[in-house]
Parts: sequence; structure tokens; C-alpha cells
Amino acid sequence: MELKRVVVTGLGAITPLGLDVETTWENAKKGVSGVGPITHFDATLFKTQFACEVKDFDPMNYLENKDDRREAKDFKRMDLYAQYAMASSKQAIEDSKILESEKTDRNNIGVIFASGIGGLHTFELESGSYTLHPELGPKFSPFFIPTMISDIAAGHISIKYGLRGPNFGVVSACATSTNAMIEAFNLIRLGKADAIVTGGSEAPIFAAGVGGFNSMRAMSTRNDEPETASRPFSASRDGFVIGEGSVCLIFEEYEHAKARGAKIYGEVIGGGMSADAYHITATHPEGLGAKLVMQRAMDDAGIKPEDIDYINTHGTSTPVGDISEVKAITELFGEHAYKLNISSTKSMTGHMLGATGAMEALFCIKACQEGIVPPTINHKEGDNDENIDYNLNFTFNKAQQREVNIALSNTFGFGGHNASLIVKRYKE
Amino acid sequence: MSEIAEKVTAIIIDKLGVSEAEVTPEATFAQDLGADSLDTVELIMELEKQFEIQIPEDKAEAIQTVGDAINYIEAAKAE
Repeated sequence: MELKRVVVTGLGAITPLGLDVETTWENAKKGVSGVGPITHFDATLFKTQFACEVKDFDPMNYLENKDDRREAKDFKRMDLYAQYAMASSKQAIEDSKILESEKTDRNNIGVIFASGIGGLHTFELESGSYTLHPELGPKFSPFFIPTMISDIAAGHISIKYGLRGPNFGVVSACATSTNAMIEAFNLIRLGKADAIVTGGSEAPIFAAGVGGFNSMRAMSTRNDEPETASRPFSASRDGFVIGEGSVCLIFEEYEHAKARGAKIYGEVIGGGMSADAYHITATHPEGLGAKLVMQRAMDDAGIKPEDIDYINTHGTSTPVGDISEVKAITELFGEHAYKLNISSTKSMTGHMLGATGAMEALFCIKACQEGIVPPTINHKEGDNDENIDYNLNFTFNKAQQREVNIALSNTFGFGGHNASLIVKRYKE
Repeated sequence: MSEIAEKVTAIIIDKLGVSEAEVTPEATFAQDLGADSLDTVELIMELEKQFEIQIPEDKAEAIQTVGDAINYIEAAKAE
């Protein structure tokens, strides 16, 4: 059976760098940090008091009809993570114009939209009130469960647009949205859908999220200089900076896209999945799972290591994770590792957890399209880790112009889940 | 309109996202005001909270219209 080609025909982004794709991408190219003090809750007593939050987001700006009070009510009731998903998917669907085409059959359009955690804030509020006052008995809202569950964004999107193709969420912590995109890619390749609205969303910057990650000592506590706290591959890195937001991509079968004259951003050519089978949170020190996942993605795409021009790393700025990923790249790519551009855009966006795979796939697609590699910001001259080889090109501090034909994005999640996606500059 | 009726109307407007004109005593929650089963449960819970009363499930099921809700609460508060 011949596999179909899959192209990207729509993009949407609600991120710490901007409330749309263009602003987000322009800021990434300029090396802007999305960091700021935490505003979603009072973080005074927390070890970390900064994050890469989405700024100035008003869910009411993303309604179809501002006078429809029922739509407004439904929207307000959603958890923040689902509101972000509704906003980014609205942008991507409108951008793709797929629902404006007579050739489109909504029964053949799916939604595979992911969140690593789901409605964390909703869970906090609802279970918190019971924990405080169990003597009052359970007073859970009937909307508690359907607001909290991490698949509900996919449900909301399908309901709003009447999309009756394959529909679900995917969970693999920080690899979540890459897994979602790989599912979407595979289903379209197999002819199970004409197009799939995919991507991820996360809104974890609440007490339980920040407190939980703090207790794991996974997050940077550099409260005195938050804007340079996310510094992947630098010796003085001390953990990730938590981020949030949502990125949506419209994956579409190539002939379907061509037939309706769609604008094509790029092509998805391969996906790989593996597990570390090592530890619940630490990555394998030798990068075994990381090597496997990149190799599988390349095998799936039918390409060799030399074909890759750019790797958008998982690169979270944690002491252990960065080393094992670099090790995996060096071993797998050999001499070619030194010809690659490597960067961690988490230096700017923070770690958007379940949305990070979609965010970084978008950066890879834009890098291919424009021939510009977004940087790894916050590296200071001489701040070198003895376990990292600085002959590699980490694209430190400034974006670099370079023809990018093929780019690979890595994502690794707690649980040892690894997923990589490969995209290619679009040619007919 | 009684104080209770005013308060009930305001809660319905807020929870169901409907306009004041729609909230007549005869209006049914399910048909006229577009409430689904989850909306109805949420609304009853909010009425219980705001008026500090308990509405048993069998009684709640009998509350079909705005007028039913107002009558029920007025009777409960009069006890």
C-alpha cells in the first residue's frame, strides 16, 4: 500500500512570545525571552517565582460571535488549557481555509490534540475545596471532569467545527504533542483522514504545577535574573523555566491540499518513537532512547543523518538532560553533527510541556521555509560545561541564516517517552 | 418581582448565558433556555449554594421551569 504525502497547510500559536504565529516567529528569530514574573497565582512562597506565561490573552477575543452569550458561557467555563487550544485552532483552521473549500468533507477531518496534564487549575480548585471542607460533603461541579480531562480540547474543537474524523488526545508528558502529530501524520498517510487538526496545549503555571516541579528540583530558581534563567547547554544551567500556551497545525493529505489550492508551509516526512526504559524522570545518561528515536524518525522518513540540517533539541536547560541529548546527537550523527545547526528554542519560550512539540515543529517548519535557524539564547562566553562539546553549532544567542531542507524536532517526556518529528521544506 | 425571583433570574442569566427577556416564569430550562443535563445540575447546585438550601434529587428533577425554581425556593425559605 502506497503511503500518502502529508503537508502542513495551517498554523496557529498562542505562546509566551506572542498571540499569533507571526509575532511568535519574529520574536524567536530576534532571540526574545518570553519570561516574566508569575501572575497566574501568588508565587511569593514558591522557590520559583517566574515563568514564560502567555501575555494579554483574552479568551473572549476568540469567539465566533461576540454577541452569542451561550458561546461566551461555554468558553468561560473551559480550563485555560482548553481556551488556549480553542484560540490556536481557530487561527490555524482559518489560516488553512480548509473549511471554506467545497472539496472538504468534514467527516474526513480529524482532531488529535494533546495536553500533557490537562486542566490542572480546574483540578486544584475543585479538589481543593473538598479537601479543605470534607465535612460539607462533595460539591463537585458537573463540569469538573469534562473540564479537567486532557482530551477535552480535541472534543471541543470537533464540536465547534463539526469535524467527525478520528478524534482523541494523546498523553506522553513533554513528548505529548509530538506523539499527537505522529498519530495525525500516520492516519493521513494511511488514508484514514483527509486532514487532521493537531498540536498541543498546556496551562500548568498554577500552584500545583510550579510547586510540584519545584519539589522535583527540575526548575530553575534563578529569581534574581529570570530573563537568562533558561540557558540550555551552558554550564551554569539550573533547570527548566516553565512555559505555557498552545500551537496548532493543520496536517493535510497532499493531493487534497493541492486540489483545493491550499497554501503549503512544509511537508511532514517522518516520525519516530521510543522509550528510555530507565527512570521515571531522568533521561538515560547514555542517551539510548534519544538515539533510537532519532534513528527511527530518519528511517521512517527514508533519509540519512547527513540529510538533516537542523535539530530543534528537547534541550530543557536541566543539568542531566542536556548532556545526554548532546551525547546522543554526537554519537548518532558522527562527523555530520558538527555541520548541523542545533538549537533549543526553550531558551526563549520556556518549556511549554505538552505544547512544546507542536511549538518546536512550527519553528522547524518556519526554519525550512525561511532559511533561518532560531537561536539558543542566554549563553555567556566561557560558560562551558566540560561534558558538552562546543565544536557543535548550538546557534548561540543569534539566529543563523542557513538553507534548511530538513529539520528534526526532539521531545522527551517524564516516563521516558521519546518522540521525534522530521519536516521538510515544501517542493512539489 | 420578589427578591428571590430577581436573584434566581440573575443566577440563570449567569449560568446559562441567556438574556433577561428569555427568563420568563414559563420558560423551561431544557427547551426554552437550552440547558443540557450538566447545565441543569450546575444550576441547581448554584441555587442551593446561594439560597443555603438543600434540594433533594427527586425534587430537583421536578424543577422544569423558571417558575418551578422560584416557587420551590420561596416555599423552602418560608419553612
